[in-house]
Amino acid sequence: MTNKVAVVGIGATQFRSISPDVSYKELMFEAAVKAYEDAGIDPRRDVDTFVTCAEDYHEGTSIFDEYVPDQLGAALKQMHTISGEGLHGIAAAWLQIMTGEFDVAVVEAHSKASNILTPDGVAVCAQDPIFNRPLGLNNLFIAGLEMNLFLQRSGLTSEHCAAVVKKNRANALANPIAGRAAKLSVDDFRTSPMVAFPLSELDIAQPVDGAVVVVLASEAWLRKRHGYNSKPVFLSGVGWCNGSFSLESRTWERQDFVTKAADMAYRHAGIECPAKEIDFAEVDDTYSYKELQHLVELRLVGEGELKGWIESGRTELKGNLPVNSSGGALGMGYLYEATGLARFYWAVQELRGACGKNQLPNPRTALVHAWRGLPTTSAAVAILTV
Amino acid sequence: MGNRVAIVGAGMTKFVRRAQETGQELAFYATKMALDSCGMKLDQIDGVVLGSAPDTFDGVHMKGEYLSPGAGAWGKPYMRCYVGGGTGVFAVAHGWYHVASGVFDTCLVVCEEKMSSYQPHAQGAFLTIFDHTTERPLKPNLLWIFALEMNRYMTTYGLRKEDIALVAVKNKNNALDHPAAQLGGKVTLDDILSSEVLAWPVQRLDVSPVSDGAVAVILANETVARRVTDKPVWIEGVGWSLDTAYWTNRDLCYPRYVEEAARMAYKMAGVTDPRHQIHIAEPYDPFDYKELHHMEGLLLCGRGEAPQLTVDGVTQRDGELPVCPSGGLLGVGNPIAAAGLMKVAELFWQLRGEAGKRQVARKVKRGVAQAWGDLMQVGTVVVVGI
Repeated sequence: MTNKVAVVGIGATQFRSISPDVSYKELMFEAAVKAYEDAGIDPRRDVDTFVTCAEDYHEGTSIFDEYVPDQLGAALKQMHTISGEGLHGIAAAWLQIMTGEFDVAVVEAHSKASNILTPDGVAVCAQDPIFNRPLGLNNLFIAGLEMNLFLQRSGLTSEHCAAVVKKNRANALANPIAGRAAKLSVDDFRTSPMVAFPLSELDIAQPVDGAVVVVLASEAWLRKRHGYNSKPVFLSGVGWCNGSFSLESRTWERQDFVTKAADMAYRHAGIECPAKEIDFAEVDDTYSYKELQHLVELRLVGEGELKGWIESGRTELKGNLPVNSSGGALGMGYLYEATGLARFYWAVQELRGACGKNQLPNPRTALVHAWRGLPTTSAAVAILTV
Repeated sequence: MGNRVAIVGAGMTKFVRRAQETGQELAFYATKMALDSCGMKLDQIDGVVLGSAPDTFDGVHMKGEYLSPGAGAWGKPYMRCYVGGGTGVFAVAHGWYHVASGVFDTCLVVCEEKMSSYQPHAQGAFLTIFDHTTERPLKPNLLWIFALEMNRYMTTYGLRKEDIALVAVKNKNNALDHPAAQLGGKVTLDDILSSEVLAWPVQRLDVSPVSDGAVAVILANETVARRVTDKPVWIEGVGWSLDTAYWTNRDLCYPRYVEEAARMAYKMAGVTDPRHQIHIAEPYDPFDYKELHHMEGLLLCGRGEAPQLTVDGVTQRDGELPVCPSGGLLGVGNPIAAAGLMKVAELFWQLRGEAGKRQVARKVKRGVAQAWGDLMQVGTVVVVGI
């Protein structure tokens, strides 16, 4: 494993609640053009392999990977789909570069959520067709159950979760591409409709449209192209893991697949004490309580410390461990397969020092985490360093 | 090329029209057989790769997540790759880069397909693969578009239907010796030419069946491979190429994307003269003409020359270049992704001399397997050798 992998280009569209003026292809094209420009490459000439992350049911097209090469400049080139999170795509590109056979890899993921007319119906189709679907469980109902268990075990309350929502959506105000930025007050939470107690509407990340493209390259290519003085962001570790698929046999108290994914990434990045070595984290917050739960599973904070952390604002912009300075999925919007890639995009910006009002002081190591949402137990983690 | 990667074990379920087992169970049986074939335990597997074609077959959204427990992915890094019909062979390339990167010592590759869940016939699922604006209103199906391609192939090179149909005769008869085959039969040329016309020139017996089934292979790096088996089969090269989605704008007489994929794999494998350096081939044969089309794309013969090789008996099991000695998709069956992986498993058994009654006459040291998919658009190639 001598090939170090660098992030050499990033591009993203605006994240918007609807985008009737453009197709998913145009969204992809815009993000790709920006990423190629950022990396200073021509996709037809310089890119060795392309990865896109998509699920047929979200796209409304079977064998969706048919429709991805043209707008990325990948026709008649090495391109394949991962039916997974954008961070799984990052993992796939990372592995390919590490083989030494590929120098430059492109990863794409997008969301055209506004085209999905029945998102709840689609989500239910992900449940086990024999054992779970007949029960008629809406995924949000399952999230409500899980939130209840989490709050009971951790001694936290809905107010602590509301603090996460407030923080993330406020952070998004300074993220120019975020689609769900807002300054929320206590009253907003008091009047937020209850979806599945204790989960209220404001606790749920709302979908947006958008696309993100990332260009990765081997260090050797980077040095040859940009000289030995360039200071890129390195992708120093990636980890991913699946837990138990069936709802009835998983350990609801623990999300050990998140810990395993993180530990794999830490091992490759040479991180021994994540709580000390990670400067900021972009953590899944599909539901408000998930951010808190994931912080524990990522071994960034002890379960007993969570309460004190939230109350003293340690995960805020000015805290010791800023979490979701991008705004997270609550603030940027939920982008389906691209949600993790949007976090990745922001983390690279932070490490480059390009985050304006949300710029953290001189960060050196970032953690990016993604979870595929209910009913899955599929998580991925990437460590970025400068 | 990265670390050397070997196939050390393989297993497959019987291919059938309608399996009583769920997709998870099919994946489990194939995985168990692959592990047992090389005396390995699931604990020794570092990561799992899954291949499966459209979610619409099963009516399960995020099918990869659903199949994960059957594929042995609990608590492990797990990813699902996807390139339509090309997935089965691509999954081996996907597994290859897991191990070749040095990140994984071992990787389990599982491909599963359950097409019988789609009622009344899986062909209906393919109505949703076409472009929603320009093509779907025309209600095309796969038999039509492949009839167009077959016609173009025959017209361009002045080929006779009788010569092409010999492929179906050969493969269906070969499959008689495959214990897991669905559609082996003592079929004559007359049977094929007098079978029902579906969309001229495609007749019923020119086409592979709809199937359920699963196949698994185990990949390992050199250290592990030498420990678990005396006869590792090395992955010498992998290749893939995805052409434009606008299939209507291409000349369908020649699969250029297959050639691109083959060139990538041959280059990695150091194959400069495929006609002499490849001893056995398992090209993708969902239709009889596709075997010929793909032999040409794989550079195993000149354009328009493959039918004559079949007429001359060169591609028989006792011929100079055995092609689809397994019985191929036409004979063994076509559970999409599993069918592609079956081809790699066949080469594994042939190269190790373990193919039983199917064992080819000549001594074989290097073989090529290939799959094809999407909108006549993607080629995936694996070269293996001992």
